[in-house]
Amino acid sequence: MATSEAAPALRLRERTDWVQGAVMAALLALLFVFILYPILRVLWVALADEHSRPTLIHFQNFFWRPLFREALWNTLWSGFLVVVFGSLIAVPLAYLTSRFEFRGKIWLQTLATLPLVVPPFVGAVAFQQILGRSGTVNLLLMRWFDFSIPFMDGLTGVILVQTLHFFPFIMLNTAVSLSNIDASLEEAAQSMGCHGLRLFRRVTLPLMLPGFIAGSLLTFIRSIDDLGTPLMLNYKNLLAPQAYLRITTIGLDDADGYVICVMLVALSLAALLAARKYLSLAEYATVQGARGASRPIRGKKLVLVFLISAVALAISLLPHLGIVLLSFSKVWSFSVLPTRFTLDNYQEILFRVSHFIKNTLIYTGLAAGIAVVLGAAIAFLLLRSRLWGRNLLDALATLPLAIPGVVLAVGYIRVFHGWEFPGLGAPLTSTWFVLVIVYAVRRLPYTVRACYAALQQVHVSLEESAQNLGANRLRTFFRVTMPLISGGLVAGALIAFVTTCVELSSTIMLVPRIELGPISYGIYVYMQSPLGRGAGAALGVVAIVMVAIGTYLTYRIFGARAGSAFRV
Amino acid sequence: MKRWLLISWVFALCLTANSLQAKEVVIVTSFPKELFEGYKKAFEARYPGVAVVVKAKQTNEGVTYLRETRAKPEADIFWVSAPDAFQTLKKDGLLEKYAPPKDIMGKIPAKIGNFPVHDVDGTYFGFAISGYGLMWNKNYLQGHKLVAPKEWTDLAGPRYHGHLVISAPSRSGTTHLTIETILQAYGWEKGWNLLLAAGGNMGAITERSFGVPEAVISGQYGIGVVIDFFGLAAIASGQPVDFVYPSLTSVVPASVGIIKGAPNMDEAKTFVNYLLSEAGQLVLFSPDIARLPVIPDLYAKAPANYPNPFKTKMGGVDFNDQLSSGRRDIVNSLFDHVITFRHKELKDAWASIYKAEEAVAKSKGPNVAQARSLIAEARKLASQAPIDEKKAGDKEIIAGFRGKSGLKAQLETEWESAAKANYAKAKELADKAAGMAR
Repeated sequence: MATSEAAPALRLRERTDWVQGAVMAALLALLFVFILYPILRVLWVALADEHSRPTLIHFQNFFWRPLFREALWNTLWSGFLVVVFGSLIAVPLAYLTSRFEFRGKIWLQTLATLPLVVPPFVGAVAFQQILGRSGTVNLLLMRWFDFSIPFMDGLTGVILVQTLHFFPFIMLNTAVSLSNIDASLEEAAQSMGCHGLRLFRRVTLPLMLPGFIAGSLLTFIRSIDDLGTPLMLNYKNLLAPQAYLRITTIGLDDADGYVICVMLVALSLAALLAARKYLSLAEYATVQGARGASRPIRGKKLVLVFLISAVALAISLLPHLGIVLLSFSKVWSFSVLPTRFTLDNYQEILFRVSHFIKNTLIYTGLAAGIAVVLGAAIAFLLLRSRLWGRNLLDALATLPLAIPGVVLAVGYIRVFHGWEFPGLGAPLTSTWFVLVIVYAVRRLPYTVRACYAALQQVHVSLEESAQNLGANRLRTFFRVTMPLISGGLVAGALIAFVTTCVELSSTIMLVPRIELGPISYGIYVYMQSPLGRGAGAALGVVAIVMVAIGTYLTYRIFGARAGSAFRV
Repeated sequence: MKRWLLISWVFALCLTANSLQAKEVVIVTSFPKELFEGYKKAFEARYPGVAVVVKAKQTNEGVTYLRETRAKPEADIFWVSAPDAFQTLKKDGLLEKYAPPKDIMGKIPAKIGNFPVHDVDGTYFGFAISGYGLMWNKNYLQGHKLVAPKEWTDLAGPRYHGHLVISAPSRSGTTHLTIETILQAYGWEKGWNLLLAAGGNMGAITERSFGVPEAVISGQYGIGVVIDFFGLAAIASGQPVDFVYPSLTSVVPASVGIIKGAPNMDEAKTFVNYLLSEAGQLVLFSPDIARLPVIPDLYAKAPANYPNPFKTKMGGVDFNDQLSSGRRDIVNSLFDHVITFRHKELKDAWASIYKAEEAVAKSKGPNVAQARSLIAEARKLASQAPIDEKKAGDKEIIAGFRGKSGLKAQLETEWESAAKANYAKAKELADKAAGMAR
């Protein structure tokens, strides 16, 4: 290019730098106020004594008390077991679905993702009904063989429910890694005489490791964060329920609750840092669009495939069955199946208390919108600008992955409670806005990833030509960039929607009044009433339907790449 | 164009979701959804234009919440079963004094048994009477070939081992009252003996008070310690359960109080008046609420076989709620650290004791007498009260419990470690005795 043409391009970049800078500053401020500051406040309470001097005494007390030590150990142990057992189910399924072609594969993939659709705490109630002490399975076992299996006793129950809910996470991440293995690598090994198990161990396994590790570590984080399942199963000897119970029963100033929150964050951060290599945006983006080879299978092998899948899926879809049965039941007490059925439960939730459904749609819609807009802006700045602070922005936007819902809620209550938010006339925590904000913040890492991956596919020259033709920065963004990354935006929005529908950890602490609660809170309230399980289950079915529709749309729009939308 | 549509859609959403009612009354309550929804419907029908807004919180959660929002109260009414929670709030100065109209108050007697229905200073008012008792699942008892219980003392003993369920008193105002009732009925020492023996028979100790009726109704456990309306409401809705008031129980009012500095004071007063009026009291008879009104004349309109606390002598324990609210934190914490958090060890210890007793009963060997004394020792260890009554009422200790000092943590750890050691030793002795008896 001639020098005279280079000059305008230079001037354009100079002019746009301060716009980008302003956006960057605004984003950093927003993320600081709504992500980092609440966590710092929680950290401060845990580290300060009653005269506001820094001290480690609360942490000392934490490790000194056997109750808390046990909770810590149980949390680590259960998280680990959930990953181990989840992998046992997930890895074979991942291998089957990514390396082979067969009829009904799409069904297998959809059904295998279905457990993610049922929130673990709703699944807990259904599991109790079917696998509990006096549940269907044990009643039959007692009747025929005179013994029972304590599936759901104590920590075993929590691990069982969480394993069967979280295994699709591991499966999807592993499947993406597997399907990106270059076929020629395996062919080369085979041509050198390496077959079967040895081939798997020496070639396939190392290549599939990144996805597997990412999925496993994230499953660990989400398992230790889970508040709803232990509360529903009445097992309190874990970190998350202990934090919740202490802060709500003893008070906002009880340091022990905050120390537990800090422990949870520390564990999650450690896991996140360990997975960072496998979760880096670069790693994520390059796997988009690549396809590996898959072999068709028929005949006897096909039957084996179906058998394995059927067993795995049958167990993991038990809660869905249980919830549907429960939603139609009036009396289900110490019997294999309900003894009296009714449609009243659906009548109640669809007509009398429809506000739960309405609220969910509003909150998740708004939260998805906010998360996608912020995600797109952050992805844009990370990819297209060379500003200072990009790494900080990336770190802040990824941080919510390591913050358990209960900790974020505690942080928000601490920061915004008792202080009138400008323009609202009331503390933020007394309105429903706080729920929208928490949901948006918790899903931000997902939307950033989705937008980043989509943006990577868009060549910067497309934007530069628009600018050369006279469009300003903003116009370029809306008229050129956004339509091109719309796929990523929709993926991000769907993920945010699907996972927020069933969020309980933050919700339970932040809902200001029952009428403002979303479906997950409605289910919780109904399950608090001994006669309300039927209606609670009906709400659970509605939640499942909403999430299933969202999942189906994701698969429909993105086809085979849909699995990657659920990654991370 | 699309952008403006999007913005206006978002704005419209915000408006519809945030539509403000002209008038409202905000209630903090621990009652189940059936009760507050029943009253919400009835009240809003009677007073259209006033919306009833509910913040569902478990009793202790509610007290903590009110303490934390005292500078700028967000709620108008506190509505729970436990009178000692109200005592605590009154002492903290969080309740508003109010005198409902004389024609309403005139219909309500001053006392139920020896217990006053309303607060003498007019800060809270009894609106329903509650007794405490045992609820059981008929299918479960049939399936496990057990008989129905009658008294609190039935809860100890080998036949119900692993079949009982209770909620932790620290998480349930009504269970705390039941525990206090047992302590006041049988005395501190014997009361804790019974509680520990019953604790060893518990299959589960739930975190929420509703966990108990839920476990019994779903058939997960056979017998639960509950407040009466859970049992009565479940029976009325056709569940295969039954309920009994033990002969030594307390009959205590559930109350309603106005919060000091309530944002909607007039609506709050209207609500209290409604609750205490005949129209409001009749709502208590609905089958899914099943509570006992405070107006004696109304029982003429009650469903058949409805318990009448003013006619039949229910109770037998004169509940001293000053005593109860004074030592509330200590009793709750004691129960938690000695029973709830050590439940597995306690249960195992009692399982060993029962096995040993069975073995000794059948045995004809030479060491039976020695085995018996070992078992007696084990029993003592597994039912010992961790502190004596005087210490529990000690003002310094009570104050230390409330404050930020390390006294609470220290005492709790002491109790817990002592309990753990005792139960382990009890199990050891019982196992030894079982071995000897062979």
